[in-house]
Amino acid sequence: MTTAREKIVDGGAMLHPELRAEHDPDAILRDGRRLDHAEGVSKPLRPPPDLQPEPQPRGARVHGNRPVDQAEAAARFIAAPEHEKMHDERLWDLRQKRDREMHGIPEWEELRSLASAIKEHTLSRLDEYLDQFETNARSNGVHVHWARDGAEHNQIVHAILREHGATSLIKSKSMLTEECGFRPYMASVGVEVIETDLGERIQQLDNEDPSHVVVPAVHKLRTDVAQVFSRTIGTDPGNSDVHYLAEAQREATRPLILKADAGMTGCNFAVAETGSFVVCTNEGNADLSANVPKLHIASIGIEKIIPRLGHLAVFIRLLSRSALGSPITQYTSHFRGPRRGGEMHVVLVDNGRSERLGMEEFWTSLKCIRCGACMNTCPVYRRSGGLSYGATYSGPIGLIIDPTFNARKYSNLPFASSLNGSCSNVCPVKINIHEQIYAWRRVLVERHETPLAKKAAMSVAGALLSRPDAYRAAIAAAETALAHLPRFVIYNGLNAWGKHRETPHPPKQTFHSWYRENRGAKQ
Amino acid sequence: MRIGLFIPCYIDAFFPKVGIATLELLERFGHEVVYPLDQTCCGQPMANSGFNADAAGAEALFVQNFSGFDYIVAPSGSCVHHVRDNFDAIEQTDAVTEVRARTYELVEFLHDILKVDAFPWAKFPHRVGLHNSCGTLRQLKHATPSELHEPFFSKPMDLLSKVEGIEFVHPSRPDECCGFGGTFSVFEEVVSSKMGYDKVRDHAQAGAEYIVSADSSCLMHQQGCAERIGVPMKFIHIAEILNGASA
Repeated sequence: MTTAREKIVDGGAMLHPELRAEHDPDAILRDGRRLDHAEGVSKPLRPPPDLQPEPQPRGARVHGNRPVDQAEAAARFIAAPEHEKMHDERLWDLRQKRDREMHGIPEWEELRSLASAIKEHTLSRLDEYLDQFETNARSNGVHVHWARDGAEHNQIVHAILREHGATSLIKSKSMLTEECGFRPYMASVGVEVIETDLGERIQQLDNEDPSHVVVPAVHKLRTDVAQVFSRTIGTDPGNSDVHYLAEAQREATRPLILKADAGMTGCNFAVAETGSFVVCTNEGNADLSANVPKLHIASIGIEKIIPRLGHLAVFIRLLSRSALGSPITQYTSHFRGPRRGGEMHVVLVDNGRSERLGMEEFWTSLKCIRCGACMNTCPVYRRSGGLSYGATYSGPIGLIIDPTFNARKYSNLPFASSLNGSCSNVCPVKINIHEQIYAWRRVLVERHETPLAKKAAMSVAGALLSRPDAYRAAIAAAETALAHLPRFVIYNGLNAWGKHRETPHPPKQTFHSWYRENRGAKQ
Repeated sequence: MRIGLFIPCYIDAFFPKVGIATLELLERFGHEVVYPLDQTCCGQPMANSGFNADAAGAEALFVQNFSGFDYIVAPSGSCVHHVRDNFDAIEQTDAVTEVRARTYELVEFLHDILKVDAFPWAKFPHRVGLHNSCGTLRQLKHATPSELHEPFFSKPMDLLSKVEGIEFVHPSRPDECCGFGGTFSVFEEVVSSKMGYDKVRDHAQAGAEYIVSADSSCLMHQQGCAERIGVPMKFIHIAEILNGASA
């Protein structure tokens, strides 16, 4: 007898068939078209109510500087079928919404080209635009700081907080602060940090990194969230109703927001000509973080600069459509200077970006606007979960950025790709992601950051395929061919092909011998 | 026209029928087709894994075997993609660039060079799901990928539409990768297999009897996945259908 769980996993049934329904009775229709606003309209994905919650698979096991084994963590994610299926369907739903939005914009491909050109131009004169931004921000009354790396960023922020006697900080989501190890640092110096983005708050309470740049807790089922909240804010562990959970979190966090000493945001775009910056959110939490306390600190990666305010329109049109398949984020907040009686600080952070700018094959990865479209479309990411990468950035963009931080630790990541190229096609700023993944593989081999056994196997394969006689002998009989193909690419001696797949059925003769028998006279 | 036939290693060993169909099909159009007996591989498995230097021997041998033909044709998109776009482990002499530029994948060769408008010998009264391999779809540009806002076209669909009796079914994720990905299939075998399971189920739910593709490597992987999870599905290379295979 098949269990409900097996039915979900093996029967190919969807957890939520309504995701594919053409006519959704709950959808708000305008002009006969389903109207989607960001994350809000997406169907909640839930396991059948009669099952015990499936435990959440955890991410990669990270051991210092040792290479992260993404494949091992991905296998554990797949071994949790409800999580894997929910994750795959949820992100594929975002990809489909993105496609629908794209088809509503006739000039979509032109927009992508334009966005790419603006970014490449800006990166080619980054120093000039940064100077311009600094000058204009200062004249708007903003304090501007420069941080070489994550540690310097954390120290600068800490110094500002100390100066104001601030011991609690509310912040909106920022991948840059994740890069900098900001929360652990603040904990170590006794500053309480409260994340205000709901997904990021869940991750903070669970002591886990975000698994996605836009939807940080997308790998969690609501039953996982119920567990986290029951442990941390005292909710009923058996109640995984999303409204209950969201309300409980709001009740727990609002008082902390209202009494916080300082607020922090990231930045989506910093405009050189105005010295202003823009933060895009769907929860309005950046506005709370920036406006409730009198002190606002913004962490800005130096690649976030765009030259003119007019350029912003190009990116705003692309960002949320690519990310969530919604026309625009609920909030697009412009920050120009401190409000009366308040103070605004901007920390411009390098943290490896200048070095990346100098890498001939990889500098265009700095065009990234962190929309996450490459993650949503990536068939490997959807089935692995973002935490399997064991790095700040997961998915396709992570494969090409993470090794710039630590080539040894992230040496396996560029191999976690089938090189299908879908990522490059959805990228709103046209980063050739899959080509950079391919290029990284070469670089890592040249730097000897790949396993020795694999190196030996490739050397044997290369030699065999250079010598027709030896090659012929190797695949002369079907049985020996099976031993060499496709297993000649296996370096660990285990049958990695046959573990979850049947091997091909060997035919009576090879094409080569058929040809000699039937067309031999031609040679 | 003198055509050099490149039959990649796994087709040679496991899918001789695909090689035979390709050869016979090209001969039907009156061309001289020669299969150089000393051929092995284009070098892709090594290069794809980052070991570009280890691909040099295979690449040099490829050029040696295929110099002097008007065209080199292979029934494999990923191999042609390697030859055309990445084949740089060896010095780029005139002979090398010449061979690279003359190498075509079978579908694009039939569609763009021979401009075939009929396959009167071909009948295939079956429901088929078309699998565009990622190499043919996004690298060789056989068809419009679903991610791009571009007018629809599909070269394999154009060719197959000329076959009597064929009926197409459409999976819900038409151009999602099946998970083969060359050495990815063994390096990340769990994810690779899961992608394969999802792929064959999607085609089965769409009602396909056959999955047809221009890449036997994807089919080899999908067949292995379908057999493992018990999805009843048949697999066939596009060359076999166009050459008149009945089932």
